[in-house]
Amino acid sequence: MSDLLTIPAPHEPWKVSDPLFTAQQLITHLGTPLLAALITVLSPVSGYSGFFVVWLPLHVITAGLLGKYGHRKKDFANTTLEVLMGAALVVFGTFVASVMWPVVSNGIAGFHFSLLTQDASATEVDAPLNVGGMGHAILGSLIIVGAATAISVPIGVLAALYVTEVRGKLTPFVRFFVQAMSGVPSIVAGLFVYAALVVSGLLQFSGLAGAIALSILMLPTVARTAEEILRLVPDDLRTAALALGGTQWRVVRMVVLPAARSGLITAAILGIARVAGETAPLLLTAFGNTAFNANPVSDSMSALPLYVFSQMLLGGENDVARAWVACLVLLVIVGVLFTTARVVASKMKKA
Amino acid sequence: MAVTFGWPPSRLPSVHSGFGWTKPLLRIPDTPSAHHFPVTTIESPATQAPTPRNIPVVRRVSDRVFRGILIAGGLAAFIILSGIFGYLAKSATPVLKAFGFEFFTGSVWYSGDGLLASEGSVDPAQFGLLPMLWGSLLIAFVAVAIALPLAVGVALAVTYMIPKKLALPLTIFIDLVAAIPSIVFGLWGFYVLMPHGALWAQWLNTNLSWVPFFQVEFPAFEQSPFMAGIVLAIMITPIIAAVAREIFAAVPRDLITGAQALGASRWTLIRDVVLPFGRGGIIGGAMLGLGRALGETIAVFFVLQLFTEGTNWFHILESSGGSVASLIVSRFGEAQPLELSALFGAGLALFLITLLANAGATAIVAASTRKRK
Repeated sequence: MSDLLTIPAPHEPWKVSDPLFTAQQLITHLGTPLLAALITVLSPVSGYSGFFVVWLPLHVITAGLLGKYGHRKKDFANTTLEVLMGAALVVFGTFVASVMWPVVSNGIAGFHFSLLTQDASATEVDAPLNVGGMGHAILGSLIIVGAATAISVPIGVLAALYVTEVRGKLTPFVRFFVQAMSGVPSIVAGLFVYAALVVSGLLQFSGLAGAIALSILMLPTVARTAEEILRLVPDDLRTAALALGGTQWRVVRMVVLPAARSGLITAAILGIARVAGETAPLLLTAFGNTAFNANPVSDSMSALPLYVFSQMLLGGENDVARAWVACLVLLVIVGVLFTTARVVASKMKKA
Repeated sequence: MAVTFGWPPSRLPSVHSGFGWTKPLLRIPDTPSAHHFPVTTIESPATQAPTPRNIPVVRRVSDRVFRGILIAGGLAAFIILSGIFGYLAKSATPVLKAFGFEFFTGSVWYSGDGLLASEGSVDPAQFGLLPMLWGSLLIAFVAVAIALPLAVGVALAVTYMIPKKLALPLTIFIDLVAAIPSIVFGLWGFYVLMPHGALWAQWLNTNLSWVPFFQVEFPAFEQSPFMAGIVLAIMITPIIAAVAREIFAAVPRDLITGAQALGASRWTLIRDVVLPFGRGGIIGGAMLGLGRALGETIAVFFVLQLFTEGTNWFHILESSGGSVASLIVSRFGEAQPLELSALFGAGLALFLITLLANAGATAIVAASTRKRK
């Protein structure tokens, strides 16, 4: 009787515990890099690149041999493919780490709080790190990117609304050109604004000109993300609102847009993250400056990427240190924006 | 032919025959007893099918205005693109008129005293874009050649090797790398990569100099197309990987399980199912990366020595190269009106090439997506 009451544990035949195989895997994938490191140290080849050159063929060979003669046989092509996929991850990860690490370490090493609050108008070439800073560039970035957001988000959302709400004959046309626009090189956007607004005398080199150039780059990102988000709004909501007698304008304003609100915020944030680090278009439009300037329509304006660029061209040891700090600030801003966008988007998907 | 209304009773299951009247599923006599149902019989000629009633829709003013605004927003991309083309072409006219097609085929970029020979210049300016155009393409090809295997490997690993729990954070991480500003890559390329990269280039040159690509005339290995290509490769790898991963993740589950049921290993599965299926995505992603690499400015600016007096055709390790975008940035500050016009012409050429690459990528990805459905 008691036999009937006990519930048998579910069988999971795909989860085979095979300690021998696990040990073999560990030996292959941990032992080989260690062996390669040993060979690198003992032999004339040296450095990270030397290690890589030794390790990759060695790993292919050990994995292949253990696949052929070890426990649980595997084809040579199969083990090689696995090693190569892993190697792609390792190489990509190493490069990315080598990009991130100097920014973080040099950025923290050169950090002075005054760097964030002062401007660079009194900073001479290679001046010590506690003299002057990037306050003007941070202010400029805020103004330029803020203005670019104010220009491109409404237009981008309108373009997305055209595709999802009007669904007219022009839809493929609109999508094609938004897609094509996302490939416009940033320097070309800068040249365009320079030719159309600065040369013609409508604007000076100014924050607003920079903002317009950035909004050209931001528009396709916003439009495409917003379109994806607006597609997630269920059609039932639209038809229900229409059935209640709403005009299309009221349906969009009172039902569709509120339903997609957090997603549209994501779109805006992703757009900001896309352009916050753009340098080339700003060189031709906002031009760069060393003093605080809060007026977007008159006089040139600096921005964080421009600050990095100019400090790097100065080339002194302390100038480059300042450039690394500015890079760190930029990277932190972009990272925070990007993570926020992801969190908002994932919350929306769950809701 | 007589069509009867009121019979059969509407509660009976019926099927729409597609010609405007309802056909009962149950056979019921055509003429029921008049005691039970009131029956009206209408004689109508069989040739005259009932036409659908036309319901006129008069949109409110608010809606018409709203639609107008939406159409304007939808056309914004087109307007901006044609504006870019128009303004660049207009600003480049002086140089295009003076040099004609030679502007794209000439191989010397020299500003001289900023005047043309026809204007009585003693040191005439000469603007040929070929070294820069070819240089941009060369760098972009090097970048794609490095990035493509890397990106496909990463995408395959994320989709088919890494445990699911790790795959999502890794995907987000790859997207984040795509968002790293190009100026950071410029700084990294100049201060971190170049010392290492020069050693790799030297090694390639000494050990593989029988490959024509790896020969150099002057043994200076920094600031070469190879170096710029590496920097761009790291920048476009996440872009290609994102496109490829999306396509790999879209391989139908039944194809995969079917292949596995037939005894496919990971290698045969990828070779025979995943790669053929995702070919369009891989090629499209590569072209997308190519377009991005062609247009990249600042990261290239720091790691490439521009050479404006001849074309470096394929010596990728040579410390002389070209890049249209980089040329624009480096010459913009000191350009006189004529050279400025030439720079607009360079921008126009760059714009058209990237547009072409991007349109091609979109078409290929779209075609492979359509095939999937």
